[in-house]
Amino acid sequence: MPDPAITQDDVRHAAKLCRLALTDGEVDRFTSQLGDILGYIQKLNELDVEGVRPMPHALDQHNVFRDDQPAPGLATDAALANAPAKDGPFFKVPKVLGEGGGA
Amino acid sequence: MDPTQTTLIDLRNAIASKQVSAEEATRAYLDRIDTHNDALNAFRDRMTDYALKRARAVDTGEVTGRLAGVPIAIKDCMCHTEGTTACSSKMLEHYRSPFTATAVQRLEDEGAVILGKTNMDEFAMGSSTENSAFGVSRNPWDLDRVPGGSSGGTTSAMAADLAAAALGSDTGGSIRQPAAITGLVGLKPTYGRISRWGLVAFASSLDQIGPVTHTLADAALLTQIMCGKDPLDSTSADVPVESDLHDVDGEIDLAPGGGKLRIGIASQYLDESANHPAVTAAFNEALAVYKQQGAEVVEVDLPHTEYGIPCYYIVATAEASSNLARYDGVHYGHRTGEPTPNGANAIQHLMSQSRAEGFGSEVKRRIMLGTYALSSGYYDAYYNRALKTRRLIARDFDTAFEQCDAILCPTTTGPAFKIGDKADDPLAMYMNDIYTVTTNLAGIAGVSVPGGFAEEDGKRLPVGVQLIGKAFDEKRLLRIARRYERETELWKHRPAL
Repeated sequence: MPDPAITQDDVRHAAKLCRLALTDGEVDRFTSQLGDILGYIQKLNELDVEGVRPMPHALDQHNVFRDDQPAPGLATDAALANAPAKDGPFFKVPKVLGEGGGA
Repeated sequence: MDPTQTTLIDLRNAIASKQVSAEEATRAYLDRIDTHNDALNAFRDRMTDYALKRARAVDTGEVTGRLAGVPIAIKDCMCHTEGTTACSSKMLEHYRSPFTATAVQRLEDEGAVILGKTNMDEFAMGSSTENSAFGVSRNPWDLDRVPGGSSGGTTSAMAADLAAAALGSDTGGSIRQPAAITGLVGLKPTYGRISRWGLVAFASSLDQIGPVTHTLADAALLTQIMCGKDPLDSTSADVPVESDLHDVDGEIDLAPGGGKLRIGIASQYLDESANHPAVTAAFNEALAVYKQQGAEVVEVDLPHTEYGIPCYYIVATAEASSNLARYDGVHYGHRTGEPTPNGANAIQHLMSQSRAEGFGSEVKRRIMLGTYALSSGYYDAYYNRALKTRRLIARDFDTAFEQCDAILCPTTTGPAFKIGDKADDPLAMYMNDIYTVTTNLAGIAGVSVPGGFAEEDGKRLPVGVQLIGKAFDEKRLLRIARRYERETELWKHRPAL
């Protein structure tokens, strides 16, 4: 297991991956708290897990298929009902492409 | 009769025999909520008009069923087309679900009257409700203490008789821990027993809905109604639901040849220096009850118990980081009011800022931890190692259940703690789940039953005892637990409000 000494850069990188804007104060606090938690999690290193099959799920099932039958889905207006911004039948987002980006 | 001072089944029978109307019963609970909710903060959203409409439909005979007219509260992470489903998060404060959770729908199909949504730790992450965006809920046994969590609004409401029964959800102990420290029955069924359709996801391989009630008979009835295959949840198990699952006083099927009930005990749960004396006393008394009834006590070994918390906090946060990626400020949920810059970073800015404003600090901490554990270079060291540890924990239980019918242990190490005591120390808060997380990791069932009281600051504070059973063995588990409940009847104690 890697060194649990998590740095501010590690925290900023993870925040970027999970799309969380953090204040400098939060980066400080999370660096210290996540360091403590990861330090505790090092306990898992005491175990020899060589050859143990990982258990991602309690049920040993893989793909579950249903019959391919048409059925009513969520109507457009219901799907859009909670949208913070919409435009006709669409979710509305800020302009993504810059000047000269073309579309 | 006072419809608020009874059990789910007795109230159901009183309504069925017209001793009390469904509307009278519902109004009695709504009045009680009006009187006590300001002090307890148990309900996050009330569905008053809807509840009264449903109750009147029961009284006219339009709505019937095994729960006809019985007022029930549901946790704020369970979708319902009425009212808002906020998961006690600012992110979903105004979210109105276009559908109703299957578990809740099955209760309504049997005539239940849903009263409203109970407060919880935001996205079910916590053990005290102190992480709710809508304030902490209070423990009716001592208002300075937490009702546990994450289903703490549910247990606060139930302990104060603001509902005849209630639903919680349990990812690492979130039904059993709060039930134990408020003097209630709380069942976490086997993974896959009850559909998760419409349950807002936290950690999908661990989450499970279950009942919080005064008695095991009430819990068994709700479980029987809710469980069974649901085409809308591919992880719901296609396991037959026993027609006598609700009958907790029925015979216990014992292993052929054995004859005797075998109660397992494990040293890993019984460290007297870790457990409050009242917890130790409750455990010992429960063990004595089983011995007196002729049960054989078997010492089982669960050597990987101490790895449960570190394993859980990798598995659960990894899954949460993925599940909560859906809150993007675009489709539903909170969107920042800050102006977004035009250009390539516009969407990233919108998402990052919306998430920063919508999530509270514990949710952020867990998303960060899960993202880190899954990120390039750390996946094998953290996530994969945790999944292998999870297998070892599950095997411990497989071995133990070859030797016993159920494992008896404490639910928590102590009674309710004071509001604020653990709020600034995430690791101390995580340790609340030490006796409950392994059940979720293994996917098996566990039930907490009222076990007695601790005395602190002149207050009586409930503690629980837990029985753990193997997968899809709820019928026997509840019957075994009932042998203890029948002798002690500790559920009859109610807090003075």
